[in-house]
Amino acid sequence: MKKDLLSIDDLTSDEIYLILDTTEAMREIGQRPIKKVPTLRGKTIVNLFYEASTRTRTSFEIAEKRLSADTLNIAVATSSVLKGETLADTAMNIEAMAPDMIVLRHASSGAGHLLSRICRSRIINAGDGMHEHPTQALLDAFTIREHKKRIEGLKVTIVGDLLHSRVLRSNVKLLTKLGADVWVSGPPTLVPAGIERFGVRVSPAIDEAVAGADVIMMLRIQQERMQGAFIPSLREYFQTFGMTRARVARAKPDVIIMHPGPMNRGVEIASDVADGPYSVILEQVANGVSVRMAVLYLLAGGVDVD
Amino acid sequence: MDAVRIERSLARIAHEILERNRGLEALALVGIRTRGVPLARRLAHTIHEINQHEIPTGTLDITLYRDDLMRTAVGAQPVVRRTEIPFSIDDKRILLVDDVLYTGRTIRAALDALIEFGRPRAIQLIVLVDRGHRELPIKADYVGKNLPTSRSQSVQVHLTEIDGRDEVEILES
Repeated sequence: MKKDLLSIDDLTSDEIYLILDTTEAMREIGQRPIKKVPTLRGKTIVNLFYEASTRTRTSFEIAEKRLSADTLNIAVATSSVLKGETLADTAMNIEAMAPDMIVLRHASSGAGHLLSRICRSRIINAGDGMHEHPTQALLDAFTIREHKKRIEGLKVTIVGDLLHSRVLRSNVKLLTKLGADVWVSGPPTLVPAGIERFGVRVSPAIDEAVAGADVIMMLRIQQERMQGAFIPSLREYFQTFGMTRARVARAKPDVIIMHPGPMNRGVEIASDVADGPYSVILEQVANGVSVRMAVLYLLAGGVDVD
Repeated sequence: MDAVRIERSLARIAHEILERNRGLEALALVGIRTRGVPLARRLAHTIHEINQHEIPTGTLDITLYRDDLMRTAVGAQPVVRRTEIPFSIDDKRILLVDDVLYTGRTIRAALDALIEFGRPRAIQLIVLVDRGHRELPIKADYVGKNLPTSRSQSVQVHLTEIDGRDEVEILES
């Protein structure tokens, strides 16, 4: 493993499979009466979150505590950032207190890369702007593999706000690396230019994109990142791209429906689909803790010699 | 040690277990990954052949409890595999099984790991080979064979389930 996990590009397919296999072992710890192992005793991990997050921050914190690391959370609302400190200065100040790892969530793409250059601590990207969210893609891959026993050759259809989604980028990189057949669909205003160069098939017709799919992954309409009118209205968006039972019926009979959360019910996904039998959305959340334990454990070791 | 001697040692250990533990209800076998696992299964099988009693058998991975993790700046972390103990260990007599007893550090880690699952009445240690050179105050209750070795040698246990053959060999390094 490299020093940091900033992007799926940092991982070889062997390392991805190692993380998924380690996740299996980590999940068992969460089923014990005492859900804790002493592995990261004495390691200090700082969770530095510049954006609102419930799932990811809680998930990392539970993972860190299950591995016995000392953790502390810095939320921007209560930090010196409000007094005008730059990200680099905040990072250097945290670094001066010698943590072993920093988990960073930031609204700017590439924030983790900046920290990686100035910090000796290992950096885990927990979402940087519209760039990547590698641990989300890893937990998605784990969830898919658990249901389908493989990733290679599956038709995975990703629908929604592709433009603003870091989850999309990490998932596309990971799934194509492992040989899945990835389709994306969304309104043309929300499809990033040149996305086919990642090796995905783009279809503006959702019915074609979901036909015969093994996995459907819905993405949230990220209104907070939209400056301008990308879609006519939320109601029209739901009519054209929302995941309804009728659309799910076009996929394979054993399709699984995924969503990285937070969900907008009635916008990208109908409530009866979100809560329906094909939905694995809460499993994704449960698997998130185990995947993050695996990543923390594997990153805490020595760096590769090369 | 060849296949026949390994089999004889395990058969003797199975009889010793029966002799020392009256009331088999409270017994459970836990094999330490990797080669303690097939050894534990073989002992369970042998005991079943002797008196038709099924002893519950589990698998323990001690990687996350090792005392040598993260001591070097270079090299990958050891691979972690699943621990599977599908029964309560509370008030059980646990028979912990490993292939080779050397420094005792693996057993120390295994004891720490096991105790997180509950409070066994007792833990007994079974090893196929005791090669000496202990670094911790740990002693096996049942030993297949004592093999005097020097620290520069290594002891390799091969088991059919994993390696395709049964053999214990001493390698010079």
